Amino acid sequence: MKDKNTISRRSFLTRLGVGAAAVSAAVVAGCDSKKNPVTGDNTTSGEIPAGKMTYRTNPKTGEQVSILGYGCMRWPDLSGGVGRSDADLDQETINELVDYAIAHGVNYFDTSPAYCRGRSERATGIALSRHPRESYFIATKLSNFAPQTWSREASMAMYNNSFKELQTPYIDYMLLHAVGGGEDAMDTFRKRYIDNGMLDFLMEEREKGKIRNLGFSYHGDIAIFDYLLANHDKYKWDFVQIQMNYLDWNHAKEINEANTNAEYLYDELDKREIPVVIMEPLLGGRLSNLPDHIVARLKQQEPERSVASWAFRFAGTYPRVLTVLSGMTYMEHLQDNLLSYSPLKPLSEDEKQFLFDTSSLIVQYPTVPCNDCKYCMPCPYGIDIPAILLHYNKCVNQGNIPESSQQENYRQARQAFLVGYDRSVPKLRQASHCIGCNQCAPHCPQKIRIPEELHRIDRYVEQLKQNTI
Amino acid sequence: MSLKKLRITVAVVVITLITLLFLDFTGMAQEWFGWLAKVQFLPALLAMHIGVVAGLIILTLLFGRLYCSVICPLGIMQDIFGWLGKKQKRYRYGYSPAVRWLRYSMLVIMVILMVAGFGGVAALIAPYSSFGRIVQNLLSPVWAWCNNLLAGWAAEHDSYMFYDTEIWIRNWSVFGVAVATVVILAVLAWRNGRTYCNTICPVGTVLGFFSRFSFLAPVIDTSKCNSCGLCARNCKAACINSKVHQIDYSRCVTCFDCLDSCHKGAISYGRRKKEVAVVPVTDGASVDKSRRSFLTVTGMVTAAAMVKAADKTVDGGLAVIEDKKIPERSNRIVPPGAKGIKHLSNHCTACQLCVAACPNGVLRPSTAIDSFMQPYSSYERGYCRPECTRCSDVCPAGAIKPVSVEEKSSIQIGHACWVKENCIPLTDGVECGNCARHCPTGAIQMVPSDASDPDSVKIPVVNTEKCIGCGACENLCPARPFSAIYVEGHVNHRII
Repeated sequence: MKDKNTISRRSFLTRLGVGAAAVSAAVVAGCDSKKNPVTGDNTTSGEIPAGKMTYRTNPKTGEQVSILGYGCMRWPDLSGGVGRSDADLDQETINELVDYAIAHGVNYFDTSPAYCRGRSERATGIALSRHPRESYFIATKLSNFAPQTWSREASMAMYNNSFKELQTPYIDYMLLHAVGGGEDAMDTFRKRYIDNGMLDFLMEEREKGKIRNLGFSYHGDIAIFDYLLANHDKYKWDFVQIQMNYLDWNHAKEINEANTNAEYLYDELDKREIPVVIMEPLLGGRLSNLPDHIVARLKQQEPERSVASWAFRFAGTYPRVLTVLSGMTYMEHLQDNLLSYSPLKPLSEDEKQFLFDTSSLIVQYPTVPCNDCKYCMPCPYGIDIPAILLHYNKCVNQGNIPESSQQENYRQARQAFLVGYDRSVPKLRQASHCIGCNQCAPHCPQKIRIPEELHRIDRYVEQLKQNTI
Repeated sequence: MSLKKLRITVAVVVITLITLLFLDFTGMAQEWFGWLAKVQFLPALLAMHIGVVAGLIILTLLFGRLYCSVICPLGIMQDIFGWLGKKQKRYRYGYSPAVRWLRYSMLVIMVILMVAGFGGVAALIAPYSSFGRIVQNLLSPVWAWCNNLLAGWAAEHDSYMFYDTEIWIRNWSVFGVAVATVVILAVLAWRNGRTYCNTICPVGTVLGFFSRFSFLAPVIDTSKCNSCGLCARNCKAACINSKVHQIDYSRCVTCFDCLDSCHKGAISYGRRKKEVAVVPVTDGASVDKSRRSFLTVTGMVTAAAMVKAADKTVDGGLAVIEDKKIPERSNRIVPPGAKGIKHLSNHCTACQLCVAACPNGVLRPSTAIDSFMQPYSSYERGYCRPECTRCSDVCPAGAIKPVSVEEKSSIQIGHACWVKENCIPLTDGVECGNCARHCPTGAIQMVPSDASDPDSVKIPVVNTEKCIGCGACENLCPARPFSAIYVEGHVNHRII
């Protein structure tokens, strides 16, 4: 702890270069201000206020939870990317990030046995175990998505392994992971948690104190959400994790018929006084990686704050929110989010309305609502699904999706799309190889009809290549 | 500017541009100076471009073998080696009598081989195509590697100016031939100048026949000559017999080196006064360089582990993708415009320009004896894309005739065959139809595998009348290492 400042300073400097490469990353805080944590000289903890973090109270335990929660799904790896490649996780950097976060008041760490290709819990455990156990809360999940983990034995093994990996005798926040997924959501839910007795078991564990709070994270089929809340008296949910941001607040259904607006989800939980944990406040970076004129619009309002800060302030403004999760890969993300929440400056009604107006503009852009969570992966036939969708979105935002060969910038846009496509996705992993087996789609928390989207993008690529647009 | 300097300047420009023609994979060089390949003698002859052939003969009749000095890239390449040799030791050449029996037997052998349908083997001694093979095999990988460095740099700077290209050796035996050619030529040219051009090269022999009668030529003014022999020692064609003041015009490549070398100004380029007697045959000491071993080598078979579709585990990561293997085809596939296997073999001079130009990794030179080094298509790396007509655009020999994009879509170069055992819907029980989805002519339909059950999993059926053999189905088929649908070549192409 004593070397905190020097460590974080060094780590911060080493991260400087990498920051430029962050693709889906939050935009770095303000660009010219003296408070700027990146360009200035006196940039370390002195500038990012320590001890100013906003906290929310868990009504059941009375504990103070930091409004910024650390999402451990996107830990950095040694290849310089996000830890879902083959490269090993960058434990040294993870330790530095965790140290810095704790030093600045973050005390909620959210992981899962599935994250970072199954390596997140261990890395998180190593980093956290270097701090006193009472100084942080651990959230993890029973991530038995794959049919081969549906049996009681396999689910128990996964549950028990979490304690080992996280080096803890108790879990502060335990979640049923991503209920509402699967082709038949109710059927999948039964097989994962009811038929094998796992939900009953988890409730017993809560009685014994091995689980301090029990909740679920929800995506997809609204029937499951309604069912679980209707049975709140039986299950006594201590918290629920939902996807909420200013785009999904009332545009989720517009983006995809199968989704539910976050406003409904929040209100349902608020009514029952259930604390809400927010995931995807930034939609995997999509709400910071916006078309230029929307960036300008947000910046004009708050020139010294990042585009991402709007999304975090939005999520934090709602009082039932316990914590807002952010998967921070780079030190810049962490520092920017700390700035947004130390302390939180809630949005005024006018500002909220401004964001809702902004989201109406964003929703007009035909991006694919992929947050790069990679639950669709691996594709059994080797397609790199998120890479294809992200490339497409990038081109949408940069205006590189020409609609006609008569268009003024057609040649440059075509070149940018096609050359960029080959750069982002190896040829053998491109959409032309998608056979449409549909094994991916049921796993998508955003309910994207993946094969349809890939085939659509592939047809578009063919049009560009053949100049028949 | 002296004639020699003018010759060097033109030669340097020509060899640079022709080299670029083989290196450039974007198709831009072709637009600007693709014609340089089309004025080469042998390709023009094979393409029956009578005008070009006649033009080159007239050029020779007027000025001597200028062609060999400033148009033929292999000749210029030898001059570069010779120039390096001269740096090491000046005045290294000397007069030697012509080896006429070898020259003419080489020409006869070449003609026989080409008529007999072994154009690929004949191409081993063809000058322009030898140069093409050397550049395509030895220089283009280096070029592509440099390009990829630039592309990497461009990617870092968010520029789309350069893009990555794949580096692969199409055929190791042809690579071996290219290495052997360049080594032999380098040694010969370093030591003795234009030995190849005047003993082996069939084009040199033909043009030499005409240059004997050329209107303009270097002539020795015997009144000024002091028989010092400097001209002969500077003559890379070894054709100046200074003792008797005679020049063998059948071998002179009109390089003008002798003009500059004479201190007395006794040699000038101009009208010849009288016919010079051709020096009789005396010597046969040259080695027969045409004999080169060519190995019948197995194609590149990439070893790959047997992996089926990976398990779905929902935690990210990428499934391993096995390399495709080349199916055994009873007929090889040749690109649209080639008209058929026979037409291609009869006209192709195996220069590799089409192979260098193919942006889809389809064309590569053959190893088979009857089509040695000539191009054929295979689809494990890519397929013959509908918008591309590059090979037909570049071919200087008329082996691949020019076709338009529209014509191409109706030329049937082969047809697709289905392999039930490999078809993913049947082996993995999942929906697929990737072949049908990508067929540019709509020749593939998906039908229920069980005729009595309309809900059974669907399999592809090919309407061979509509299929053009482009290989989109074969290339994009998810079955690996062998596709469940592959193209069988047609001996003669048809218009559908």
